[in-house]
Amino acid sequence: MMKKLTWKHLSFVLMLAILVLLPFVNDSRTLIILLTQIFIFGILAMSYDILLGYTGIVSFGHAMFFGIGAYTTAVMLKQVDTTLSIFLLSIVVGMFLAGIVSFVVGLLTLRLKSHFFAMLTLAFSGLFLVVAEKWRSITYGNDGFTFRAPEMFKDRITFYFFVLACLVVVFIALYRFVQSPTGRILIAVRENEQRTKSLGFQTLHYKVIASIIAGTVASLAGSLYALSLRFVNTSVMTMDITLDALLMTIIGGVGTLVGPLLGAAVIEYAQHTLSGMARDYPIFERWIIFFGILYILAVIFFPKGIIGSIRFIISNWRRKLKAKRKTPPALSHEKEGFE
Amino acid sequence: MEPILRTENLTIRFGGHIAVDHVNFTMPEKHLKSIIGPNGAGKTTFFNLISGELKPTAGDVYFKGQSLAQASSVERTRMGLGRSFQITNVFPNLTVLENVRLAVQSKEKIRYQMVRHFKSYQAITEKAEELLTLVLLHNKRDALTTMLSHGEKRKLEIAMLLALDTEILLLDEPTAGMSLEEVPAILEVIRTIKNKGDKTILLIEHKMDMILDLSDSIMVLFNGQLLADGTPDAIMQNETVQNAYLGGLYDEHLTEIT
Repeated sequence: MMKKLTWKHLSFVLMLAILVLLPFVNDSRTLIILLTQIFIFGILAMSYDILLGYTGIVSFGHAMFFGIGAYTTAVMLKQVDTTLSIFLLSIVVGMFLAGIVSFVVGLLTLRLKSHFFAMLTLAFSGLFLVVAEKWRSITYGNDGFTFRAPEMFKDRITFYFFVLACLVVVFIALYRFVQSPTGRILIAVRENEQRTKSLGFQTLHYKVIASIIAGTVASLAGSLYALSLRFVNTSVMTMDITLDALLMTIIGGVGTLVGPLLGAAVIEYAQHTLSGMARDYPIFERWIIFFGILYILAVIFFPKGIIGSIRFIISNWRRKLKAKRKTPPALSHEKEGFE
Repeated sequence: MEPILRTENLTIRFGGHIAVDHVNFTMPEKHLKSIIGPNGAGKTTFFNLISGELKPTAGDVYFKGQSLAQASSVERTRMGLGRSFQITNVFPNLTVLENVRLAVQSKEKIRYQMVRHFKSYQAITEKAEELLTLVLLHNKRDALTTMLSHGEKRKLEIAMLLALDTEILLLDEPTAGMSLEEVPAILEVIRTIKNKGDKTILLIEHKMDMILDLSDSIMVLFNGQLLADGTPDAIMQNETVQNAYLGGLYDEHLTEIT
């Protein structure tokens, strides 16, 4: 047990060290921007995994929390001031708003059975999209608006480190959360909600807790996303964002936190390279098609996602190793098989 | 003295079919009562009414004199009514230990702690392991529950029920689908609990020798009605019971369809 733990810690520290040192080795603008984007979507995908992978809730409305964060930051930086403190405050305000919205929406919808819940979240998210479109005085409608970043984050590398720090904090916090007693109950809800109830747990409370946490973290991702583009429009509220989060989670591996991170990396990288190739090969202008194929293949061949499949292989391999180590006398082995 | 559990004209109707029909029964404290009756007699439905899984069409259940009409199944569990399920109902993709630990966690009211690692709650793990030893499942503690045999899942059900440490245990056919070798172990577990003397147990069973061995009293349900309620001897001699039910009793392959 102890050994496994240190192995995990070691790879975490190693990965972190690489990511911290990378900008000093290779400060290519494209790479830094791509990595920043991966981190941001990693945060979003992890938050989605709290719902999908840990609590077993399929939500189609996750983009609204992302959008709340993005718009809060954008509006505050545009209307109030472009200082660092306003930016930090906007993150907090966004998370707070997202927390309240997810609490209310959760209380209203989480009593419903899964697919009804999914449809209702879609409706709520549509509602927010309409608000973002129509509240022109501050959102400037569909086209959105640009704004200026705080002085400090004009440097892409500083922003890279800031986002990386956010990612690490979120990862550790969520990791602790899912390993806590409450996190265990979320898994129980995923596995068998009715049984969890009969053990005396109010499952609605836990589903609302999960949705609040997922909502606030998604809002943080939205704030960072808006600042990374220094621009916001209604696309942050659309279904595409939810689908991205969903697919990153599924491809990386549901029910793990590393999985969604990896999924975010794979998808962002693939989007980047595939759309880049469009310059030479016109067919890649339709890169979305290749994505479709990738998704279908992933779901058929790796239903547990990248991390889930790796874990499966490792545990298989361990079992074989174990069996090899203690080869029991043939007779007792036979008897076991007989039973 | 007020009995710990009591029903008053408890009735449930599914369309035209009356599954439980005006049942009045009382359950003295620290008592083991078995419920017998042919398939479809309404035994499991009766359990579901007591545990709050179903709402009665008429009548009510009283726990320590208090009406349970407004109490949900979650609240009833917290008040002290724990039940096991006839169809095994566990968390399939968690380990055996994890299953029991969740139940212990509920009992210890560790519900909204979100920071500390769950493994740092040593006492919970220890209690869970103790219960697994009691139901003879300790060697499977790290196995995934889907990998267990049917009998082992039943044992796990009992361990989880015991973990809740409720005053009343509702056991719905704890030995259903078990192989003959496994039955005595469960029998021993129930006897151990009974002999400790601090639990009230309501047991649905088909295995008559086991019932006669364990029960303080037996109640017979037939077509949703309470046919008889009395000591094992009285029930065995009761003519109505003999005619209605005990004829087909030793059919081991009886499985209830609910």
